[in-house]
Amino acid sequence: MSGDGQGISHWFDDEAGPVVRPYAMTRGRTSHAAQHRLDLIAVVVSEPPKDDLETDPLLSPEHVDIVELCRDTPQSVAELAAELDLPVGVVRVLVGDLVDGELVHVTRPVPPAELVDENILRDVISGLRAL
Amino acid sequence: MAFGCGERRKPPVEPVTLKILVAGGFGVGKTTLVGTVSDIRPLRTEEVLTEAGRPVDDTRGVEGKDTTTVAMDFGRIALREDLVLYLFGTPGQDRFWFLWDELATGALGAVVLADTRRLEDCFAAVDYFERRSIPFVVGVNCFEGTTRYPAETVRQALDLDVDVPVVLCDARERESAKEVVIAAVRHAGAHTADRRRSVTT
Ligand SMILES: Nc1nc2c(ncn2[C@@H]2O[C@H](COP(=O)(O)OP(=O)(O)O)[C@@H](O)[C@H]2O)c(=O)[nH]1
Ligand SMILES: [Mg+2]
Repeated sequence: MSGDGQGISHWFDDEAGPVVRPYAMTRGRTSHAAQHRLDLIAVVVSEPPKDDLETDPLLSPEHVDIVELCRDTPQSVAELAAELDLPVGVVRVLVGDLVDGELVHVTRPVPPAELVDENILRDVISGLRAL
Repeated sequence: MAFGCGERRKPPVEPVTLKILVAGGFGVGKTTLVGTVSDIRPLRTEEVLTEAGRPVDDTRGVEGKDTTTVAMDFGRIALREDLVLYLFGTPGQDRFWFLWDELATGALGAVVLADTRRLEDCFAAVDYFERRSIPFVVGVNCFEGTTRYPAETVRQALDLDVDVPVVLCDARERESAKEVVIAAVRHAGAHTADRRRSVTT
């Protein structure tokens, strides 16, 4: 870890990506009121379309991308990050904006204990077997 | 668009999502396993270090606006339209443990992959899940040309509890990789039910 005296030069390696990713898109914000640590598997769902998104001055192209990606197929935060090639933290902020603007809503994952109660695991196992 | 504005679209399906972590040492076959059982090739996401709430000594040396990113692989398995399982490969190095916390929160369970030539590489993962009572199974990835040890030998070498399943596997084979994931789901179900029982009695 960082206490081993190896210093900064050993901090970055092939598992670490490019150093310094500007947060321009999120205007420097790294957290968000509605962010609430959105889980990687929380699902983002677009609300029915209202006005023309492209002309909304408050929305960046990335905001619009998220709304459009999640319109027909709701997507997890992880998928959005992979699809848009953005760090997960940035996606969290953008999704937070969209939640505030009521352009999307987010479905939080079911806690594991409830999955057991609801026999969902049985369906998971039979689904895996059928693959 | 073929349909006019008046067309009422039925709301899209919001799937129930689950996640299972795939942990183990570098090169043990995590990405391979994720890819073998997933619908699509493994996707990559990046997490940025030095976000608020990270322990201070982990952000030392990346002062100011400087950040670095850690890549994670994950796969998606649509079991039904309304049921999606995600497999997340944990970053190989222990120093990214804070990312593990984020991944582990809300995870159903985990697979720890082991290579018998360097079993010690998975000690950190086994430890991590044991301490947090996250149910896990051990998948022994059988590389060609390596000695095959019985599951019991691996269990003893890793000092695992008797109820932790140990499954021999080949991460490149779909059926084999599926069995490991199924073992993790079953074990997670049994583990959670047990805990429930021990709370109510
Ligand atoms: N022979 C054999 N090779 C494997 C197996 N699983 C993974 N590999 C190879 O081992 C290397 C490392 O695998 P990878 O999945 O990238 O490891 P990771 O670092 O844990 O993600 C790759 O070249 C794989 O093709 C296996 O079960 N048998
Ligand atoms: Mg890998």
